[in-house]
This record gives sequence, C-alpha cells and structure tokens, in this order.
Amino acid sequence: MFPSRYWREIPQRYRLEAAKCTGCGKVSFPPRSKCPKCGGVEFDEARLPEKGVVKTFTIIRVAPSQFVEQAPYAVGIVELEGGVKITAQIVDCPLEDIKIGQKVRIEFRRLQEDGCSGVICYGYKCVPAL
Amino acid sequence: MRDVAVIGVGLSEWGELWKRSLREIFVDAASAAIADAGVDRIDSMYVGCMSGGLFVGQEHLASLLSDYLGVASIPACRVESACASGGVAFRQGYIEVASGMNDVVLVGGVEKMTDVGGDGATYALATAADQEYEVYHGVTFPGLYAMMANEHMSRFGTTREQLAHVAVKNHRHGAMNPKAQYPFEVTVEGVLKSVLVADPLRILDCSPITDGAAAAVLCPLDMAKKLSKKPIVRVVGSGHSTDSIALHDREDLTELAATKRAAEKAYKMAEVGPAEISFAEVHDCFTIAEICVIEALGLVERGKGGTAAESGLTALGGRIPVNTSGGLKSKGHPVGCTGIAQIVELTEQLRGESGKRQVKGAKRGLAQNMGGTGGSTTVHILEVE
Ligand SMILES: [Zn+2]
Repeated sequence: MFPSRYWREIPQRYRLEAAKCTGCGKVSFPPRSKCPKCGGVEFDEARLPEKGVVKTFTIIRVAPSQFVEQAPYAVGIVELEGGVKITAQIVDCPLEDIKIGQKVRIEFRRLQEDGCSGVICYGYKCVPAL
Repeated sequence: MRDVAVIGVGLSEWGELWKRSLREIFVDAASAAIADAGVDRIDSMYVGCMSGGLFVGQEHLASLLSDYLGVASIPACRVESACASGGVAFRQGYIEVASGMNDVVLVGGVEKMTDVGGDGATYALATAADQEYEVYHGVTFPGLYAMMANEHMSRFGTTREQLAHVAVKNHRHGAMNPKAQYPFEVTVEGVLKSVLVADPLRILDCSPITDGAAAAVLCPLDMAKKLSKKPIVRVVGSGHSTDSIALHDREDLTELAATKRAAEKAYKMAEVGPAEISFAEVHDCFTIAEICVIEALGLVERGKGGTAAESGLTALGGRIPVNTSGGLKSKGHPVGCTGIAQIVELTEQLRGESGKRQVKGAKRGLAQNMGGTGGSTTVHILEVE
C-alpha cells in the first residue's frame, strides 16, 4: 500500500466523513463531486451514523496475504441508519453467531499490516450492538 | 448501420500453460480465427485483456500483439473492463464494422494468469473491485459473490445444493468439450465436501485460474455471404451497461442491474425476447453468478434461478441450455478472454459444429459477459441465417 494512497482516505477511515447532497439529501460515502442520485454538486459535511444492520456477510477462509493471519474472519455489507451501505469486517463475536439482520455498530480498529511498505492500516470495523 | 457477421473463430490451448507466453497463445487463437474465416487481411483489431500488467508485467498489448501476429501497421487497441474485457472488445469491433469504418476486424481476448501464483492472482483479480472501500477491508472476489449467495439464499430460499447443481451441470457439459481445462464431471456431494473458500462458496463453486486466448473475425454480412462456405452467423443484438463498482452501493445486491439493462437493449435490437433464445453462454465465475444472471436475462423468473440447474431446465436437452461449453467453471476462465470464448461457443453451436454437446436446432444464441461483481456487462445475440 503506497502511503499517499492510504493517507488520502484517512478522513473516511478514521472520522467517517461523508457528504450530504444539499439538493436531494442523499448521503455519499466516500464523498463525491457529483451526487449519484440527482447530479447536484453542492454538499454539506456529514458523518456516517455508527449503527446499522447486517444485510449480508461471508466468512473469508482463503485470505489475501495481508489478512492471512486473521483468517477465518467475517466480512459483511452493513446498512447504516439513513441507508448508506458499507463493506466492513464483523468482529468481536463467534463467526457462527453472525446473522443477516443482526444489529451492529462501527468501531475504530487496526485493519491490516502491509509487509512491503510497513504501513499499519486502520479503519472501521463492525461489532455486535445490543 | 451495416449488418455484421462472425465469419471466423478460434481458441488457443487452455489451461496452466507454463511453457507458453501471452503473445504465443494470442497468436495461436488469432491465426485459428483468421484461417477459419478464410480472409487474407485484417483491417483493425481489438483485444480484451484484464491485466497484462499485473499478470505478466506487460502493457501496450496493441503493439505487441499486432507485431507478433504479423499485422503491425493496422490500428489496434487493448480493451479493459475487468472480466468483461472480451465482451467489450467484441462490441467495439462490432461497432467498427457496423459503422462502415472498416470491413475485416479481428476481436480477441487473452489472459496469462499462472505466472504470478495464487496470491498474485487474487491481488490482480481484486483490482476489479473497489480497492479502497471493499478490498481494503479484506474481502476477496469469492467473498463478494459469497455475500450475493447469502442474500439470494436468505431472500429467495435458494439452497446450498442448488448452487452445487450449477457446477455439476457445467462440468457435465465441459466433459464433452475437448478444449475445457477441467473436462471431468463432479457430483453434488463432491462440491459440498470441497474446501470452503468464502462461506457458503466452496472451491468447486469457483471458476479456475486459466491461461488462454480466443479470437473472432467480424465482417459485413454481404461480404460474409460471398466469402464463406459455412453457415452465416449474424450479430443481431448488442447491449452494454455499467453499474457501481462497489457491490454495497447497489440498491439490490443480487439483481445485476447492468446485465438486465444490457439484455433489454440486445433483445430490443434483435427484436426477440428471452423465450426465443435457443441457448446461452453466461458468466458463471461462481455458481451463484449463473443463478443471478439467468434471472437478470429473463430466462427464468426473479428468485427462481436456484432450481434451474437442478431441474434440468438449463442443461443440454432442457428448455434453455446454459453454458454448453462447460462455462467458466469447467472450460476455464482466462478473465479478459472469456467474453470472446463465449462468442466462439455460440458460433460453433450455430454452425452445428459442437459435436457431443451440440444443441439440436440451435438458431439463436446469447452471450453474457460481466466484470467485477457486475459493474460492467455486455450481452450479445447471434443468429444463424
Ligand atoms: Zn442529490
């Protein structure tokens, strides 16, 4: 992972910065220059809601090299309050307990270590919510 | 627009070809297609390739491949749309002939995947997904399709066994294809006992890593009628559509909206509906993909794709045989080449040259090729005159 590539996404990965279209209200994550719903170009700053539900998920058994020591691990598509969907790992629970429809919330975690450039990568993961 | 015919097709050897280079297998396929067409010139060329750069460290395939094919000087261009590169290359060639810009256009596809090993291939393939918002979180391509499978199963009641039946059917077809990489049959139990890759998908739900090339020669229909002694295969429909690169950005995770839109355009252009298609080659990169695709193409109702392979509907002899070549699953999946290889199967079937796996009375075939989790799709309909 090139450090500059990692650095550019920090506002989203660390602070969940999103953009809300002033025209139609659609929240884009990551922010975009053009609203995918109405084509609008003006946005208000927004932050992703931290609560959501698991729409679907899988258990990764055969992992890419930077994730090998974590395998097996769960990755899901989570629909956050307000409708934005994200792809994120689901952690802090037994793999067999994860269900579609389960409530989760976002936490800030260490994601991967990249062997080549030594960059330690952080970001959001989901954990079960009561 | 002029009417366009597929006048020649060819495949290279497929498999793990340690001794053969990207340029060699491409020239094999292109030469076979040119010989099959019986043409003495090529005016222009499009080659689909997903990632020469990551798989063999080679870009600028337009120059390399026109040079090694012995046609350097013609306009040539490499086309990239992930695993839909071949289908998009075919469409570019079709548009060029239809427009009148050139008469004899070679469309090819090539991928040389086995130099880099499993981890390198996983990395290269993952570049078809959103690197920052999907791959960054540890999801793999089997993982993305596994999430589609889980959603389809929970929403429509599709079963794990039904997924296995797709692999069983396609391997049964592939066992009759001398060009297939894995020309053997598998059983439902065999699929269900194979190693888990990303739940619920197992290794026998996944298409393999393949080296291979394919090519087709396109020309105006009038010219084909004068030149060719074989049955004339005409391109009657072409559709192409894109969708979000990230699966999570789609309103419906299993609808494959780009496939639906591309199919609607191709059906409209061909003035036919799904019921008038005799057979189809579709993008079964994973078993669940074939299920979602046949629904998006309207070959079966939404949510009913799961039973199609099991009931025999999509098997040879069924109402709508799907992936008579063995599909990506058994025939192999050299990613950027696959879309052209589907056209090869369609053409051979329509000419009645498919031997043991021949679809009886094949009149009209459909090819659907998609990239990523469906972010790019082409649909083509071919008809025999
Ligand atoms: Zn908007």
